[in-house]
Amino acid sequence: MTDDVRAAVADAFTAEWGKVVATLIGMTSDWDLAEECAQDAFAQALKAWPRDGVPQKPGAWLTTVARNRALDRLRRSASESAKLQQAVLLTPPQDPAGADMETEDIPDERLRLIFTCCHPALPLEARVALTLRTLAGLTTAEIARAFLTAEPTRAKRLVRAKQKIRNAGIPYRVPPAHLLPERTSGVLGVLYLLFNEGYTATAGSNLVRHDLCAEAIRLARALAGLMPDEPEAKALLALMLFHHSRRVSRVNKSGDVITLEDQDRSLWDQGEISEGVRLLEAAARREQRGPYLVQAAIAQCHATAATAADTNWGLIADLYDLLAELIPSDVVRLNWAVAVGMAHGPAAGLERVDALAATGALDGYYLLPATRADLLRRIGRNDEAAESYRRALDLAVNEAERRYLAGRLEEMSSATGDEAADGNRSTG
Amino acid sequence: MKYMMLICSDDSVVLSPKERAEIPAATEAWVQEMDSSGIRLLGDQLRPPNDATTVRVRNAQVLLADGPFAETKEQIAGFDIIECEDLDQALDVAAKHPVARFGLIEVRPFWQ
Repeated sequence: MTDDVRAAVADAFTAEWGKVVATLIGMTSDWDLAEECAQDAFAQALKAWPRDGVPQKPGAWLTTVARNRALDRLRRSASESAKLQQAVLLTPPQDPAGADMETEDIPDERLRLIFTCCHPALPLEARVALTLRTLAGLTTAEIARAFLTAEPTRAKRLVRAKQKIRNAGIPYRVPPAHLLPERTSGVLGVLYLLFNEGYTATAGSNLVRHDLCAEAIRLARALAGLMPDEPEAKALLALMLFHHSRRVSRVNKSGDVITLEDQDRSLWDQGEISEGVRLLEAAARREQRGPYLVQAAIAQCHATAATAADTNWGLIADLYDLLAELIPSDVVRLNWAVAVGMAHGPAAGLERVDALAATGALDGYYLLPATRADLLRRIGRNDEAAESYRRALDLAVNEAERRYLAGRLEEMSSATGDEAADGNRSTG
Repeated sequence: MKYMMLICSDDSVVLSPKERAEIPAATEAWVQEMDSSGIRLLGDQLRPPNDATTVRVRNAQVLLADGPFAETKEQIAGFDIIECEDLDQALDVAAKHPVARFGLIEVRPFWQ
């Protein structure tokens, strides 16, 4: 097979897998059958395309082959319910090479699929895995690897989730208006979680898992296209792009974290940044001010600052203040304290961090002592900074972040050591 | 689809006398709404777990125990059988039940 055809099949897989599965589920209500028939269709493409050439509309070709395959299997299977068979048999089989295939546009049903995958009656982990499996076409092995879990565990969870969709009667649809805002934010939450899982791996030694980030961006892009009137979908995509633009500069060759301040900004992906700016502009045209819009606006302040010193921290602090109203979260308040520290000096930031620490809400969260340590370091209270770095180190899990904290701690200890030596000299 | 709603109280939640007094009327209103729309097929309140007896048969012996089979903070206080389009509708119906505001409701699909 030529590389061209192989690449065409790979491209079709990326672009069309979710669409084919979504259409097949809509037609058969059987998730497993839909996936198997989609797989068959791609296997068929690997055989047929080198021989017959790549069809003009690969998606329509694949959907037709998958649909015919499903029809075939349902006709043969006596165990399927009569009602299901009836629904399917009404659709006549089609010739994928037929003339209608070149013109027919198959409606994109992925929105129904994504809302069903992200249904709040499913456990969060299953929502993430189902989305990756059915929409992005990752295998259970790939999903297991991405989340560093054992494959059988993942596979079992996927099976259970699909069973619940069927047995509990989770509808395959875009939710009606009264449920839509809440469910949309659920879908956005799953995609952002996916992105963050890739961006800051919660465990293991690699800080960034690019594949997951790329999948999350691809899914967010699809969602933004499918929901053109939803500004939060555009804002989420913009937010991901702003973060992703820094993926190369964010860690050094040994995998250590480089803070925003110290990153080489010439490495930032300007294409992604300008796409993010355009998306955010379009999203901000609506009245609605959702949490992703505000977060994207914050990310834009960083992404578009020519140097770290040019960062508009005053605006960022105001945006975090606004964000804390939209999502009452102590982590958001911690970020607000950081921004205040940058805009109005470390003492002002420390005051807010200490107020937050006093509530005890973020006990056990390593970024609380880590933030406190950075502010103390900037004020020059090195002993206290060292103590806070030590506490953060006790709590941090990600190895790259632990190395960063250990580096800072060492810096503090040697600085403190110098001071002590100086003190000794003066008294001696 | 048919669903069973298990209406559970949560002993850890303390209600004011006023809140407690409002429950029967609110429940009655919910029952009327769901009965008239044909969603609720059957339902009732249950006596507390103190009045329960647990039955087991082992080696052809009937074994009886006083009380519920599991001691939990949440106690089944009643049940409703509802007929709904899908889970979303069943969840809506459950969320409207007054006990959902201080207790909890388990929504279980029927086997078939």
